Amino acid sequence: MSVETLYALAACALVGIGLYGMIVQPHPLRKLIAFNIMGTGVFVLFGALAKRGAAAGLVADPVPQALLITAIVVAFAATAVTVALLLRLVESTDTASLADEPPAGR
Amino acid sequence: MDLWASTYGGGLLAAAVLLPFVAMLLGLCLDGRWLQRVAFVTMALGLALALGIAASWANTSGPLVYLLGGWSPPLGIALRADGPAVAMLLAVAGVVCAIGLYARADFGTPAGQKESRSAFAYWLLLLAVWGALNLVFVSGDLFTLYVALELLTFAGVPLVCLAGSGETLRAALRYMLFALCGSVLYLLGAVLLYGGYGTLDIPLLAAAVQPEPIARAALALMTVGLLAKTALFPLHIWLPPAHGGAPAAASAVLSALVIKGSWFLVLRLWFDAMPGVATAATAQLLAALGAAAIVVGSVVALRQQRLKLLVAYSTVAQIGYLFLLFPMAFDAAGGMGFSALAQSAGLLQAIAHATAKAGMFMAAGLVYAALGHDRIDDLAGMAKAMPVAVAAFLVGGLALMGVLPSGAYLAKKLLLASADESGQWWWTLVLQGGAAFTAGYVVLIAVRVFRRPAAPLRLQPVSMLSQGAALGLALASLGLSLAAALGPLPAELLSKALSIEELGTMLATFAAGALLAAGLARRPLFDRGAATDAPARGGPGVWFEHGDRLLRQWPAAMLALLSVAAASGWLLVRG
Repeated sequence: MSVETLYALAACALVGIGLYGMIVQPHPLRKLIAFNIMGTGVFVLFGALAKRGAAAGLVADPVPQALLITAIVVAFAATAVTVALLLRLVESTDTASLADEPPAGR
Repeated sequence: MDLWASTYGGGLLAAAVLLPFVAMLLGLCLDGRWLQRVAFVTMALGLALALGIAASWANTSGPLVYLLGGWSPPLGIALRADGPAVAMLLAVAGVVCAIGLYARADFGTPAGQKESRSAFAYWLLLLAVWGALNLVFVSGDLFTLYVALELLTFAGVPLVCLAGSGETLRAALRYMLFALCGSVLYLLGAVLLYGGYGTLDIPLLAAAVQPEPIARAALALMTVGLLAKTALFPLHIWLPPAHGGAPAAASAVLSALVIKGSWFLVLRLWFDAMPGVATAATAQLLAALGAAAIVVGSVVALRQQRLKLLVAYSTVAQIGYLFLLFPMAFDAAGGMGFSALAQSAGLLQAIAHATAKAGMFMAAGLVYAALGHDRIDDLAGMAKAMPVAVAAFLVGGLALMGVLPSGAYLAKKLLLASADESGQWWWTLVLQGGAAFTAGYVVLIAVRVFRRPAAPLRLQPVSMLSQGAALGLALASLGLSLAAALGPLPAELLSKALSIEELGTMLATFAAGALLAAGLARRPLFDRGAATDAPARGGPGVWFEHGDRLLRQWPAAMLALLSVAAASGWLLVRG
């Protein structure tokens, strides 16, 4: 098994773990961490593709690294915004629950 | 036609993207009063830029292209504007200007008054949404589009919680987390495409892409990620609380503009980036979800107690219409024979919805500001008390129904013609029946506002400018097909507009809408002076409400996301 395949399999596992966490974890902070795990899986996959040289036929393709660093910055910004929202939510309601408001009309 | 060299006027594209962001950064250094002035100057300049882009596009035979830094793809990044992009740029510029005029009353900082934080944030975010949308429309590669989408989400989410209450913060957080999930799926698809074809530039990719497993997986993942951000049923978990809870000026931005960004990207993927990969069966799935959205969204809208939530659920339903164009792009043989026609219809529908829905949210906001509440059961007498705002709401509703000569009417005609030619009679039923569902909540509100009030209404004064902006947008939507018929679209579609047949269809739509409203609404259509706290009626409407509430639970929505991804992947593979 080549290194790239190993990395790609690891990426699959990370995306799977992240998705599972996204579905079952009720706490928003855990959901956010699950999102980050999922994102990391995508980044690892991109790294493995860069090592393979993609379709350009290069020994190691440099373009994915430029894209990757941008994607990491975007994911970081997303995490920061979400944490800020979560902090405000806890401040104003003393809970961090995402549960829906009580059904209308009661 | 050279897609890889800057064209005359291409620089305008870069300017259209930069202008709102430069204004936003400038505004960060200023105080709220100056920020508002900067925003208005930017709106004037941005509108002029959009007109300039349209003019130079009309004078060129092909898309406008601008190569950033003079580097050509695949290494460089190109900005391109084709017909759909130019149409959306223009429409967004117009709607942003109207929303800006409306928001002056809510978020303006009059002389001698202390500036407020939410007003400062509002103008910054409005500019950011505009810049991000312009980038979505003109980006020529899938990775820049990813960044643009994220910018759009980051600008849209804080708009939800401008009021800062716990409920709106929760809505914003749900929106953010679900949208992030969608963007990871989109990025995963983009990474797979890069791995398969070594480029993300749209024309290069379109030339290289083959209908093979990697492209299919990528298309399924990216489409579903974008559906989550567009809130197509059953992925509308975040939309009603977010759009219903935000201030009206922000709801108008979110509902009219923000969701169009990710929808536009689905069009780009299906028709420009991977035209040979999409299949007719997958298109049927998208349109089936759209049809479900129309039915569920409209019925739940009828069951709402608050006007703004009714408009939010109407958005859920109208998003469904935006996805009916996909099967119409395919001819009877399964090829993309009608893609240009279907795209025009979709764009018309999107622009009609953007203008009408912004007007309706503004009208709902004005009613709230004047009455101090927006309970639908207590709207009696509003037609007399606030004729302009009520007219804006009803005209917007009529425009959405597809009453002549609205943009939605022409869009429906185009789609019906395409459905006839490709032999997909079932979508004819959906297109005709969908209007009746829209008519349902328009009739309901019309009946409520024209009733005589039990006690004289005590109203707060509201800005005439805001009312004018709302009515202007609604009228723009109602007159859109006249503008479109002067342009590139076949004018013969409007020629039979006043025939007996058309009038009959319209009357039947109203009658069906009235029946739906009478049968499914929370209260009987004509209940004179019933107490507001009387128990709501049950019946089939309640089942829709329960189903909607169930689907908007987080695990259910995530499982729906995965199922839609799996189903579209399977349909793509099966061909």
